[in-house]
Amino acid sequence: MKKKIFTVCAIIFWLAVWQIAAMAVGKSLLLASPVEVVQRLMTLIPEETFLPSILFSLGRIMLGFALGTVTGILLAVLAGKFMVFEKLSAPLISAIKAVPVASFTILALIWISSSELSVLITFLITVPVVYSNVSEGIRSFDRKLTEMADIFRIPPVRRFVGIYLSQVMPYFRSAVKLSVGLCWKSGVAAEVIGTPRGSIGQMLYNSKVYLETADLFAWTLVIIVLSIITEKLVLLLIDIAAKRIEKL
Amino acid sequence: MLKAENIKKRFGDLTVLDGFSHCFAEGSFTTVMGPSGCGKSTLLSVLMGLLIPDEGIVTRSSDKLSAVFQENRLCENLSVLSNLRLVQGRKKERSGLIPELEATGLYNCADKPVRELSGGMKRRTALLRALLADYDILFLDEPFKGLDTETKNNVMIYTREKTAGRTVILVTHDADEAAFFGGETIMLSPS
Repeated sequence: MKKKIFTVCAIIFWLAVWQIAAMAVGKSLLLASPVEVVQRLMTLIPEETFLPSILFSLGRIMLGFALGTVTGILLAVLAGKFMVFEKLSAPLISAIKAVPVASFTILALIWISSSELSVLITFLITVPVVYSNVSEGIRSFDRKLTEMADIFRIPPVRRFVGIYLSQVMPYFRSAVKLSVGLCWKSGVAAEVIGTPRGSIGQMLYNSKVYLETADLFAWTLVIIVLSIITEKLVLLLIDIAAKRIEKL
Repeated sequence: MLKAENIKKRFGDLTVLDGFSHCFAEGSFTTVMGPSGCGKSTLLSVLMGLLIPDEGIVTRSSDKLSAVFQENRLCENLSVLSNLRLVQGRKKERSGLIPELEATGLYNCADKPVRELSGGMKRRTALLRALLADYDILFLDEPFKGLDTETKNNVMIYTREKTAGRTVILVTHDADEAAFFGGETIMLSPS
């Protein structure tokens, strides 16, 4: 309880700092105040483009995340099984990690339409994170547990769920926690560059073009809230799965 | 029946087992004793088939084995109950395990992940898992280590009840444990 009170107090403190700074600057074009941002958000929500924009970006970013997660897991399993595959994929994963989102985005714009851009970018962001964490989980397998499973003649499905999956789950959870936030950051950044019609990225781009700083802050607030909600939801699903595994 | 004939096992230059032979009769309780490093755990690993001897033959009448290993070898992210269910042929209901959990003092932590348990609780979980498994030969490698005197006594009584008439091979340093379980005692000496 005390911790929550401290958190709320800290948030109020920084909102007050922001408000005072905005008042000191005196120009909402340079720094919109929190009050202005909330007021703008209240007028944005009823607009008919608001919800479709959210659904557009949410759907694509989550699709890229889901595809990236599945691919990352598959690659990690293959790398864990075949050393050649691990060695072969290592430079590719490092390259994907190192290349800036902007470079990928510009290159991707040549290959695909801007409306599918965020799917590809979030996919590329998710794969190395999930791959690295799940690989680490696989590498940390206690081989003595395999011996234990052999002695007790544990059947394959129970062995996979109870021993292997239960050991990888914490690593997978960390990967997902990290990926969801990164997906929103990179996905929206890609949309700002590609400006697909009806996306949150286009709204952010418009706020820059029309110098609507309050819009920029309001949409940023929407992105943060969406990022937090999706992260909590995905983690909730993982925790439910982990609980089921924990109880076998 | 479990038979070891002229078992030799070396690790580099170190000879750990040098011509060990013994026939463990069906339904017998055998305690293997000896000082640290004399090869007790190595012998168990060879008898279980986890280590291949350099020379000699191990003959087992059954491959239905159960064991408490030198380490606990538990799934740390699973609950005590799940660790028990993992090795059981069919999914046992919680109610069916209550007497076993109570006897080993694990009832109150049955749903806790093993990673949150103390060393003694983990050891008891590993022991209970081995005792509840479907087996013909049970290998116990210092199963009571890390337990306080009272808990150890209770768990030893429980173990004796559960293993009566079964083929058991116990490795221990403790002569009192050997005396408590009776049966045959094999003294190993450093090779």
